[in-house]
Amino acid sequence: MTATLSDNDNAVTDLPSDAPPVPEGATMVTVKIERFNPEVDEDLHWESYRVPAMPTDRVLNMLHYIKWYIDGTLTFRRSCAHGVCGSDAMRINGVNRLACKVLMKDMFAKSGETTLTVEPIKGLSVEKDLLVDMEPFFEAYKAIKPYLVTTGNDPSRERTQSVAERERFDDTTKCILCAACTTSCPVYWSEGSYFGPAAIVNAHRFIFDSRDEAAEERLDILNDIDGVWRCRTTFNCTDACPQGIQVTKAIQEVKRALMFRRR
Amino acid sequence: MQFHKYDVLIVGAGGAGMRAAIESGQRARTAVLTKIYPTRSHTGAAQGGMCAALSNVEEDNWEWHTFDTIKGGDYLVDQDAAEIMAKEAIDAVLDLERMGLPFNRTPEGKIDQRRFGGHTREHGTAPVRRACYAADRTGHMILQTLYQNCIKHGVEFFNEFYVLDVNMSTNEDGEEVCTGAVAYELATGEIHVFEAKSVVFATGGFGKVFKTTSNAHTLTGDGMGIVYRKGLPLEDMEFYQFHPTGLAGLGILISEAVRGEGGILRNVDGERFMERYAPTIKDLAPRDIVARSMALEVLEGRGCGSNKDYVLLDVTHLGEEVLESKLPDITAFSRTYLGVDPISEPVPVYPTAHYAMGGIPTNVDGEVLRDNETSVSGLYAAGECACVSVHGSNRLGTNSLLDINVFGRRAGIAAAEYAHSREHVEMPEEPAKLVQGMVDHLRTAHGGERVANIRTALQETMDANASVYRTEDTLKQALSDVQLLKERYGRIAVHDKGMRFNSDLLEAVELGFLLDLAEALVNSALARKESRGGHAREDYGARDDTNFMRHSMSYKQLPDAEDPDAPLGLTGFLADIRLDYKPVSVTRYQPMERKY
Repeated sequence: MTATLSDNDNAVTDLPSDAPPVPEGATMVTVKIERFNPEVDEDLHWESYRVPAMPTDRVLNMLHYIKWYIDGTLTFRRSCAHGVCGSDAMRINGVNRLACKVLMKDMFAKSGETTLTVEPIKGLSVEKDLLVDMEPFFEAYKAIKPYLVTTGNDPSRERTQSVAERERFDDTTKCILCAACTTSCPVYWSEGSYFGPAAIVNAHRFIFDSRDEAAEERLDILNDIDGVWRCRTTFNCTDACPQGIQVTKAIQEVKRALMFRRR
Repeated sequence: MQFHKYDVLIVGAGGAGMRAAIESGQRARTAVLTKIYPTRSHTGAAQGGMCAALSNVEEDNWEWHTFDTIKGGDYLVDQDAAEIMAKEAIDAVLDLERMGLPFNRTPEGKIDQRRFGGHTREHGTAPVRRACYAADRTGHMILQTLYQNCIKHGVEFFNEFYVLDVNMSTNEDGEEVCTGAVAYELATGEIHVFEAKSVVFATGGFGKVFKTTSNAHTLTGDGMGIVYRKGLPLEDMEFYQFHPTGLAGLGILISEAVRGEGGILRNVDGERFMERYAPTIKDLAPRDIVARSMALEVLEGRGCGSNKDYVLLDVTHLGEEVLESKLPDITAFSRTYLGVDPISEPVPVYPTAHYAMGGIPTNVDGEVLRDNETSVSGLYAAGECACVSVHGSNRLGTNSLLDINVFGRRAGIAAAEYAHSREHVEMPEEPAKLVQGMVDHLRTAHGGERVANIRTALQETMDANASVYRTEDTLKQALSDVQLLKERYGRIAVHDKGMRFNSDLLEAVELGFLLDLAEALVNSALARKESRGGHAREDYGARDDTNFMRHSMSYKQLPDAEDPDAPLGLTGFLADIRLDYKPVSVTRYQPMERKY
C-alpha cells in the first residue's frame, strides 16, 4: 500500500499516479494520524502519509488529500470547511483545533521537514479514526435546558431587550458545539460525568439572557456534583475555543451566580 | 434491516427541516432523519439577516417586500407565493424572537434592522432597513434557536442517517402516494426502512457541483436527486446564484451585509464601479447584477492582483468598531483565510457559487408537484431543495432564511395535518431494494475510476462553462463533459469496503446525485435562450418574456430496472432528460425592465 511513509525522502513518487499534479509552491509534509478501524484493528495506532501542502491549505485539505488519493478508509467528520459548523474538532499537534481553521503555513517547521500530528479529540470514545461518539457531549448539552424558558402569554410583538442586556450574553451565543473546549478539559478526561465547558457555556447563554426565567433551575443543575465546581480553571477550554469565547470566564460567572444567587 | 413507523418523516435538519419539525412534532409522531448532526447544517453559515417589514427603524411594508422579491427574481417569481412569504415574514421573525433568538437590538430594545441588496422602499426609490440580524451570524443563531426548540419539544432525531430513496405506493383509490423513505445508517452500514404517511424533504442545495462555492462539502443535493430519480420534475434548475463576494480563490462567503453596512466594491483603478451598473442603489443591487458587473470588470482587464482576477471589497472607511460589532465573523474569515485585515486593507473577492433558485417544485403548502398541476399525496419539500417559486431567477439576500422559516413551517403543518387525515398505505414489496442495490453495487465495484477525480473534473467544467456567464458553446461543452463523467462514474471503485462509518461509500453515492443535478442544470440552461436573473447568456443577452417567462421542468427518463447500472441512476448517457415548461403565477405586477 502506498499509504505508509517510505524512507525515500521528498519522493513525490509516493503519491498515486492518478492523483492531481503537485501544485507549484507546494511543500511535502508528513501527516501522522492516530488511526483506528473497529472492523480491523484491536488498538489505536499511528500511520504516516506524505502529502503536498500549499501555505494556504488548511489541515482539512491534508486529510482530504489522504482520503481521496491515498487511503479512502480514513474517516473524519467535516462539512462547512470554514469554521462555522463545528464538525471537525481534532487534536492537531497536541491541541484541540478545527481542522478547517488551521492553515498549513502556520504549521510549517522553521527548519527541516514538517510533521503534523492529528488525533481524535479526547474523552469521547473513538468510533473510527478521527470520528468520536458525540452522544455524551450532546446529552450534557441537553441536560442544562438549552432553550428559552418563559411564563405567561407571549407578547404580540417581540420581547424587548436593551442593547446592554443583549450584550451581556453575546459571547456565549457564539458556541458551535464543536466540543473542542469540553474535550480539552483534564477534568472531563478523567471524569466523563462532568457536564464539561460547552454545556456550561450554553447554560450561561440562557442564565444571563434577560428574557429567560429558568436561571434558578439551570443553576441548580450546575450546582450538582458533576457541575461547575469541578472546573479547575485550567483555561485549556478558552485556548481551544475556535470561536474565541472566553469559556473559563463564562464558567466563573456561573460559579459567581451560584455563590451569590444573583446575575 | 430495521423497520420503523412514524406519521411524518422529515429529511434534513437545517433551518427548513427543523422549522417543519417544530410544527409537525407537536401535531403528529415525527422523526427527523439527517445525514449530519443538526447543528452542522449549512443554515448556520448564513450571515447577514432575515428580511421582514417590521418597520422597527424606518417605514416599510410587506407589499414593498413582495415587489422587491418579484423584481429581484426578474419576474420569474410566482407572485402569490412571494406575497405569502413577505406577509408571513413578520410573524416568522417574531416567532424566532419568542423562541429565544438573540437579535441585535435598537436603542429602544426592538429588533434592529439593516440594509440588504435589492430591498428597497417605495418600489425601488432607495434602500430600506429590512433585514433583522444577529451580528453576521444570523444563520448560526437561527440554526441554534431551532435546534434548541426541537430539544424543548422532544423532537426525535436520527443523526447520521443518509436517506437514499423515497417510497411510493398505490392506495385503494388508485392514487400514487408517498409511504416512507429508506436510510443508510453511517455508524453501522445498516439499512433502515421508515414507513410514514408523509415525508418532508429539506435537504438543502447542491453547490458542490461547482469548484468555487460557499457551500459545505455535504451539500450534494441528495433530496433533489432522490425525487428526480423517481421521475418527478425539478424546476428552474438553470437558475443558480453566484454570490458576488466570495473570498477570492476560496469561495468562502463574505456577507452582503458588509455592503449593507456601507462596504464598497472597487476595481484596480479604485473606482466604485457599481455606480456605472446600478446608479440608484449601487453596491446594494441584487446579487446577479453585482456578480455580472464584477465578472465584466475582470474580463475587461480592470481586475486586481497579479492575475487581475478579482476585485476589492473596501470597508476601511467603516472603522474598527462597526466591523467588530456588526461584522465580526467575516472580519475573522478574511484574516484567517487570506491574511487580510479588513480594518486596514480591502478584501479580494470574486463571485462564488451559492444558492439554487430551482429545485423540487412545490405549492405554497410544500406539497411536491408531479407535473404542472397535480401534487404527490404525502410528499413535501421546503427550503433550498424546494422551488415554490419565491426566488424566481435570482434570490434576494436574506430571503433564503425567510423561505426556510415560512415554508418550513407551512410544510411541517401540512405534512402533519395530512398524516392525521390518512391511514398508512402499505409500502411496496421490498421497499429497500433500490438502496440495497446501490450500496451493494458500490461496495463491490472494482473499476479503475476514482470518485475524487470525477468530482474534481465535474466541478472544473461547471466553473468554466456554466457559471456567471454562459454561451451555447460553453454549455454544450459542460453537457458533454458531464455525460462522459457519468459514464466514468459507472466504473468507479470505493476503497473502504467496511460497514462502520463508511464515508467513502457515501461520497460515491453523493457524487451520483451531483452528476444528475449538474446535467439537469446544464440541459435546462442550454434550452433557455435568453438572459434572466441568475442565468446570463452572452449569446442571448436580453430577457425574452414572449418565449421564456415560464418555469422549466426537467424530468429524468427512468432507468430500465434490469439495467445493471440502474442502482446508480445511470441510464446510458444521452437524451436522459425531458424538458417541459410551467406558467409563472402573475397577480399584480406586470414584468418591467429591471433597473436599479
